[in-house]
Amino acid sequence: MSAGAPGSAAARKRADEQRVHLIAFFVMLAILVVAPAVVYPVFMMKVMCFALFACAFNLLIGFGGLLSFGHAMFLGSAGYASAHAAKVWGLTPELAILFGTACAALLSVGAGLLAIRRQGIYFAMITLALAQMVFFFSLQAKFTGGEDGIQGVPRGSLFGVIPLDNQLVMYAFVLAIFLVGFGLIYRAVHSPFGQVLKAIRENESRAISLGYDTDRYKLLAFVLSGTLAGLAGAIKALVFQLASLTDVHWSMSGEVVLMTLLGGMGTVFGPIVGAAVIITMQNYLAQLGAWVTVVQGVIFVVCVLAFRRGIIGELGHWLKKPL
Amino acid sequence: MTEIFGIPTQALFGQLLIGLINGSFYALLSLGLAVIFGLLNIINFTHGAQYMMGAFVAYLLLNKLGIGYWWSLLIAPLIVGATGVVIERLMLSKLYKLDHLYGLLLTFGLALIVQGLFRNEYGSSGQPYQIPSQLQGGQNLGFMFLPNYRAWIILASAVVCLSTWFVIERTKLGSYLRAATENPQLVQAFGVNVPRMITLTYGFGVALAALAGVMAAPVYQVSPQMGADLIIVVFAVVVIGGMGSILGSIVTGFGLGLIEGLTKVFYPEASSTVIFIIMAIVLLVRPAGLFGTQK
Repeated sequence: MSAGAPGSAAARKRADEQRVHLIAFFVMLAILVVAPAVVYPVFMMKVMCFALFACAFNLLIGFGGLLSFGHAMFLGSAGYASAHAAKVWGLTPELAILFGTACAALLSVGAGLLAIRRQGIYFAMITLALAQMVFFFSLQAKFTGGEDGIQGVPRGSLFGVIPLDNQLVMYAFVLAIFLVGFGLIYRAVHSPFGQVLKAIRENESRAISLGYDTDRYKLLAFVLSGTLAGLAGAIKALVFQLASLTDVHWSMSGEVVLMTLLGGMGTVFGPIVGAAVIITMQNYLAQLGAWVTVVQGVIFVVCVLAFRRGIIGELGHWLKKPL
Repeated sequence: MTEIFGIPTQALFGQLLIGLINGSFYALLSLGLAVIFGLLNIINFTHGAQYMMGAFVAYLLLNKLGIGYWWSLLIAPLIVGATGVVIERLMLSKLYKLDHLYGLLLTFGLALIVQGLFRNEYGSSGQPYQIPSQLQGGQNLGFMFLPNYRAWIILASAVVCLSTWFVIERTKLGSYLRAATENPQLVQAFGVNVPRMITLTYGFGVALAALAGVMAAPVYQVSPQMGADLIIVVFAVVVIGGMGSILGSIVTGFGLGLIEGLTKVFYPEASSTVIFIIMAIVLLVRPAGLFGTQK
């Protein structure tokens, strides 16, 4: 019974896992640092925003087993809030992002309290319906600018000192936030909290019988996921200097599910790879119009029928290492 | 002109009628979802797309082959139902042993494919569909004007809903279906071909969606997106009603349509969100839904 003792098989396995994650992390970091020299920086920033969004979503589905079909509500509302704060109130970018993220956190507490009352398929339908409510609210509310959205959001100067108009400075800022968000999710998943979450995913009744207040854990996971999705939305609004209805629409909720599914649900790096692949695809297929939707649908069907581990999941399975 | 609560009766009854029409479609669609969910344990995300396919098949039958509304009511559900049977055999049947969420993801992907293909072919704008000649015109009821076609929709969907309820709750076939919902292994052991029953049930649920689509074609325009937003409202209807009871989903469908119509009269700003707000309240008070039972 010395599962945690040093030298035991379990501890060795965990050390091995951490080493693999560390190597993969540095590979990713190297790519992200070199990328702006090769690829258009705004494109890479978009990838990082969506990667953070997908990682936040993955925290819920991959580790808590809760499929939210309404995560666009956090991305979009945080985008609106931070755009409004930066443009109308003239807040500095870090405060605008903080405000947007706080709004998403509040929203996720409300939505979470309702959604965790049901499980499985109902959970998905409830989150979808709540997100649709947020969509209609955004369509009608005055401050969101309806169909036009909030345009021309100033990026401002970080802490009032460092102007973010330079793409590379902005890139460094987005990279820093992405790494903080990613680190937070990694830490949460590999903590006792993450273990309880996995236990709930595997067998909720058993977790309850062991004395865990599963509703509290699920709510906490939901709020953490919603808040980080909001963080992604807030920086996205500043990167593109735009907050629009696209980000609250249900198709955005579907896209983040697709990214996570394609990359690998429940893997650490899968959502990032999934986001990169989907954003690249949208970028190159943009002129094909509605075919993008068809291709996304086909990827969904193929992933579900034949490729349920996703890209990183398959790679990890092949290398026999959890990625 | 007479008024109730300061609202002209014409406007009030007009909105109530629209509410009842919407409610008819909510009822038909949520009924199909409930029937499919009962046996397959999946939420059919393609339902909205299949509703749209029903409308498009009717539109194509009329414009390419000259086949009118009444035959479309029969043919379109058969064609779309047949595609449902193919989908179930080729794809859904591979997922029954997995987490039910995969069924949701698969049908979501299928909905994207179908909607994308139709949008490529017909663009985003709507195509008009004529009201059949027998149902043109309307009745003056004194307090309001009732177009014949709208009366037909309410009547027809009520009849379809109630006959579905009758078949499932009161016939031998229905008793097999309910038994298979409870315990498929045992029913199979008694010699009932459960996999075939599952396939036909999915086909039937899909056909219901297509039938709703044909009926909707003259009221709303026939467009590739017509089912996409509707299906989310129908999901909320399903959460409110709970999927335990067939009659429950019918009553909830019509009831919520009426409430939506009333909201349009008294507080139009909330008319697109009222169903979601009701869903939130129901979840707080009765998480299993009005007619559902918590498992």
